[in-house]
Amino acid sequence: MTVDSLLNVVLALLLAPMLPGVINRTKSFFAGRNGPPILQLYYDLWKLLGKGAVYSRTVTWIFKAGPIVGLAAVLAALLLVPFGGTNAIVAFSGDLVLLAYLLGLMRFWTVIAALDTGSAFEGMGASREVTFSALAEPALLVGLVALVYSTGQWSLSGILGAVGPDLWRQAGPVLFLVAAALVVVFLAENARIPVDDPNTHLELTMIHEVMVLDHSGPDFAFILYGAALKLWVLGAILVGLVVPVRTGRTWLDLPAALAGMVLLAVLVGIIESIMARLRLLRVPQLLLGAAAFSILALVLIRR
Amino acid sequence: MILALVVLVPVLGAASAALVKTSALRRAALILAAAVHAVLTGRMWFVRPEPIFHGWLGLDDLGLLFLSVTSGLFLCAAVYAVGYLGRESAATHSDFEENIFFANAPEAVFIGGLLMFLATMSLVTISQNLGILWVAVEATTLASAPLIYFHRHHRSLEATWKYLLICSVGIALALLGNFFLVAAASNGHSESTSLVLSDLIRQGSKMNMPWLKAAFLFFLVGYGTKMGLAPLHTWLPDAHSESPSVVSALLSGALLNCAFLAILRAQQICNAAGLGSFGRDLLVLFGLLSIGWAGIFILQQLDYKRLLAYSSVEHMGILALGVGLGGAGAFGSMLHAVNHSLTKGLLFLVAGNILAAYQTKEVTNVRGVLRVLPISGVLWIAGFLAITAMPPFGTFLSELTIVKAMLDQGRFVVAVLFLALLSLIFIGMSRTVLAMAQGRPADKLTPVTETWSAVATPILLAVAVLALGVYLPEGLTTVLRAAARELGGQ
Amino acid sequence: MTNSVDTIMVLLVLTNLVLLGSSRMATCIRVVAIQGIALGVLPLLFAADVLEIHLWVLALIIITMKGFVFPGLLSRTLRELNVIREVEPFIGYGISMFAGPLALGLCFWISSGWPLPAEISSSLVVPVALFTTMTGLFLIVSRKKALTQVLGYLVLENGIYSFGVALARRQPVVVELGILLDVFVAVFVMGLAIFHINREFDHIDTDRLSSLRS
Repeated sequence: MTVDSLLNVVLALLLAPMLPGVINRTKSFFAGRNGPPILQLYYDLWKLLGKGAVYSRTVTWIFKAGPIVGLAAVLAALLLVPFGGTNAIVAFSGDLVLLAYLLGLMRFWTVIAALDTGSAFEGMGASREVTFSALAEPALLVGLVALVYSTGQWSLSGILGAVGPDLWRQAGPVLFLVAAALVVVFLAENARIPVDDPNTHLELTMIHEVMVLDHSGPDFAFILYGAALKLWVLGAILVGLVVPVRTGRTWLDLPAALAGMVLLAVLVGIIESIMARLRLLRVPQLLLGAAAFSILALVLIRR
Repeated sequence: MILALVVLVPVLGAASAALVKTSALRRAALILAAAVHAVLTGRMWFVRPEPIFHGWLGLDDLGLLFLSVTSGLFLCAAVYAVGYLGRESAATHSDFEENIFFANAPEAVFIGGLLMFLATMSLVTISQNLGILWVAVEATTLASAPLIYFHRHHRSLEATWKYLLICSVGIALALLGNFFLVAAASNGHSESTSLVLSDLIRQGSKMNMPWLKAAFLFFLVGYGTKMGLAPLHTWLPDAHSESPSVVSALLSGALLNCAFLAILRAQQICNAAGLGSFGRDLLVLFGLLSIGWAGIFILQQLDYKRLLAYSSVEHMGILALGVGLGGAGAFGSMLHAVNHSLTKGLLFLVAGNILAAYQTKEVTNVRGVLRVLPISGVLWIAGFLAITAMPPFGTFLSELTIVKAMLDQGRFVVAVLFLALLSLIFIGMSRTVLAMAQGRPADKLTPVTETWSAVATPILLAVAVLALGVYLPEGLTTVLRAAARELGGQ
Repeated sequence: MTNSVDTIMVLLVLTNLVLLGSSRMATCIRVVAIQGIALGVLPLLFAADVLEIHLWVLALIIITMKGFVFPGLLSRTLRELNVIREVEPFIGYGISMFAGPLALGLCFWISSGWPLPAEISSSLVVPVALFTTMTGLFLIVSRKKALTQVLGYLVLENGIYSFGVALARRQPVVVELGILLDVFVAVFVMGLAIFHINREFDHIDTDRLSSLRS
């Protein structure tokens, strides 16, 4: 628990809402308009926290607890994620499994809160979300296991700490395959194109949006903030893998990692601008392809 | 020089057939090229040519045997083809099985294809380098595909597609066998390995055994697809039943032999490396499997051309079995290769006559061939007797030699199986053939005059098979013995 | 040079996976072109120490043929067909693509028990060659359209060729050229046959070519 690790967590808490802003700004730039300010999500959160929540008559305590548990889960996940080459606050052997399951816990509570409303819309979104997550899970876990074997470390902090330019030279193809799989998982878990469209509100096309349709006020603020933090968590893993700057000096590594996060957000914005969302039937193929990449990386590293 | 001519003459013939405008000249080019090829081959019996191209092309006894069979059969088929093309020169034809009209491929394509087919088959027989051998075998597939698609309707197209794809995949696997063979032969040295047969035989026991076994297996499966060994023979019945009889005769009588030659080269290498029994056991296995499989399908066969096709599968099985036995069995197998080619050629050409007269391929609709086509009828029965190894035809001698080899080696189970399956096939074929030959034809059939081109060469082939049953010329015996010795027999 | 050979091998595996999972024929043809180019470069990487001029010429010919001529022939055939451009498999895309890496693991396991000749520098070559061969055979068997069967044949040839590059390094140029010429004529004839099939049947679904039986 060093100052750097604490600094990473504080930075994450502070800067996470900026990521969706960067993504939206990039998309607007591609669309030729000015777009919302980068700090828009902060304003939205502030506004929502000041409002009151409206609850339907059909919901139980699950619906009210869903956003809170989700936010708590992703905050706990944040404690596990290393950033900029420094270790995370909580690091132990096998913590990558805990990370995957914390994210799963967040997803689970979102899903059952959606099912709790009894509405057909939310149920449909919930079933789609669960299907795609089930297919994305092997890609994530097997990719992480491949990383374990390539670095010889069992903790996330150890793994990402060991990913440097030397490892890229040695096991380049393997790391590239894991990175490709993780990009697809990133897009799937955060409900980005080509898996889900965050802008649409049509029954045919919603997945994530539809699950949170009924939340309002502070609940919705927690959900939005939790989504931004999830972006940060998964993005930090991806950036840690792809940006192998490990000079050991915090004032070099940290800005590099931050720049990587911003670049990742811009990249997501570009992907969202140039691609259309895949047909729902094709999404499992994409996710299975990512799983195939991860398995391939594992096979390559274990031969 | 003469070796190169054996391949170049047909190629030139094909080129001239493509360029010439009148059909009469084209057919003359076909006969001329076939005749020159036969003369060259005949000359090589007396003066054995020297290897050329650093020993990549050369003629050993095995090659000479198969080349002669190919050349002789092609000449007979060419004479028949001239008459056949004369009959088939209308613009459209009506298909007798279904009510459709179809056209034929242009005659230039057909004759050019036939001559390229001859050229590539000759290249197979004179290849001493296994790489060139592979190229030539694949080339035979590509040269013969347009021939199967002569009658342009959907059934022949389906048959052509199956033939192309199955044979190409099989031959690709044989290429894998080639590479495994190189790995076996190099065995850790880094200088370039020669794929010339004599060099490989000389290396013999210094080769890496597991790789050599894998190589032989891929050769057997790959070239066995082309040869028609069961269970890889699935292209054979379709291709033979849908292509013109001339093409079927050449496919059965010459092409299958060439594929067999490729397998025999692999067997020669195995013998030299001490893995002879490994190869031979596999050949016995595939041989028996082919005979059995063919037998089952001959029993209920309603299409007489498919019947002949399955009979080819059976006889390829017998050839493999003979070589697999070794010793006198190899001699019997070589003699049987000659006999089978002549007999199958005869049968397919006569089947062509029957098809032309009766306009149907179904056995149940053909009756009284002896009355409608007297000469063809007699030849049909003679061919049937020959193909089921009745004395005094040559096939009886060759199959007897093989059975004797089995009994000498004490392989009684194999012998019993073999004889039982042959009897089964005899029963199946006799029912069909004799029913077709005898009886009264349907009333609406007009008597057909048999043109000389349609019966001349089949008569020649029948006489040849009969003669081989009675008397084996000294030169032939020498070459057969030498070929069998090359295979580790005597 | 081991790492560049490894990269080419990984590229080959990726192309195979894309072929297994792709549903558009045009994509498949392009991926086979990439495979061909990668394979053309491979012999140069193997013989980096002994670079003779005929190796360069051969590599150039192979890249041209496998990377441009064959896909060009097939693309032209595809354009002239008036058929549905989707692949239509017997075995679904997702399962095929998922079974791919598992098959690759199997190939690794098989080749670990193989006593290799001493020359091969990278341990990836034999498994990946085996995997490519298996992918080719799988594509021929599990895809209905005749064009994808030809693509499967090309992938099979690519796999066998990679075996050749690994095992039979110093083959005479004439034999290599002969093999290439054969494959060229084969693809040409097959393309012609597909054109005829399309004209005759109005589809290129080989599953429906079933009038010849027993």
